[in-house]
Amino acid sequence: MAFTRRKMLILGSASFATATLVGLPAFASLTDDAIIAITGGAETSDAGITLTAPEIAENGNTVPVEVSAPGATSIALFASGNPTPSVATFNFGPLAGSQTGATRIRLAKTQDVVAIATMPDGSFLRASVTVKVTIGGCGG
Amino acid sequence: MAENVRPRVRVPKTAAAGEVITIKSLISHKMESGQRKDGDGNVIPRSIINRFVCAFNGETVIDVTLEAAVSTNPFFEFEAVVPEAGDFSFTWYDDDGSVYEETKSVAIA
Repeated sequence: MAFTRRKMLILGSASFATATLVGLPAFASLTDDAIIAITGGAETSDAGITLTAPEIAENGNTVPVEVSAPGATSIALFASGNPTPSVATFNFGPLAGSQTGATRIRLAKTQDVVAIATMPDGSFLRASVTVKVTIGGCGG
Repeated sequence: MAENVRPRVRVPKTAAAGEVITIKSLISHKMESGQRKDGDGNVIPRSIINRFVCAFNGETVIDVTLEAAVSTNPFFEFEAVVPEAGDFSFTWYDDDGSVYEETKSVAIA
């Protein structure tokens, strides 16, 4: 079979489309995989967890975030657009005054920051905030 | 050991028994992420603080696992219950095995 110009174009665009389709879910699943590793794929609820982060962060090197989930045993933070999505995990001990933690994190680009709280009864809470980043914070 | 590592912690000097207090902690550390490259294109190896623990008279208040995405000079703010007079101990664990410690005493007012 001779490859005509038209056939080459069709073939080219088809393989490009396949590459994009395969590429996108693989990228998104890094965070999802990390979350499933905690929840085991269980349903998460939105109520009872607060994640505070700026809408726009001028400098991705230090983005202040605060997370609060009353009664939680631990809260894990993820940055979906970072090379490695895990950020930090807060484990609360018996003397924690409230299940609240604030820290400063690095964000590589505009992305969603996700918090997953583990409750003592085995359920999970999830909160997510989109942060716009002007200058990324992962070097390069 | 990373150089110039200095922990700084802010804890009230006195508290009422059972009071919930806010604690702020910061440690100077470059938190090299392992993502950056030097001028010759070689990756700078990761060197971060990977764990931070705060305890009061031996009982855990908070135990944080840190990844490379925590900023330079890791800062934490959290709340703790003070049931009696005693000491808060703060411990940071470095990737290279170093442990940095700080202690603050709280009296009951």
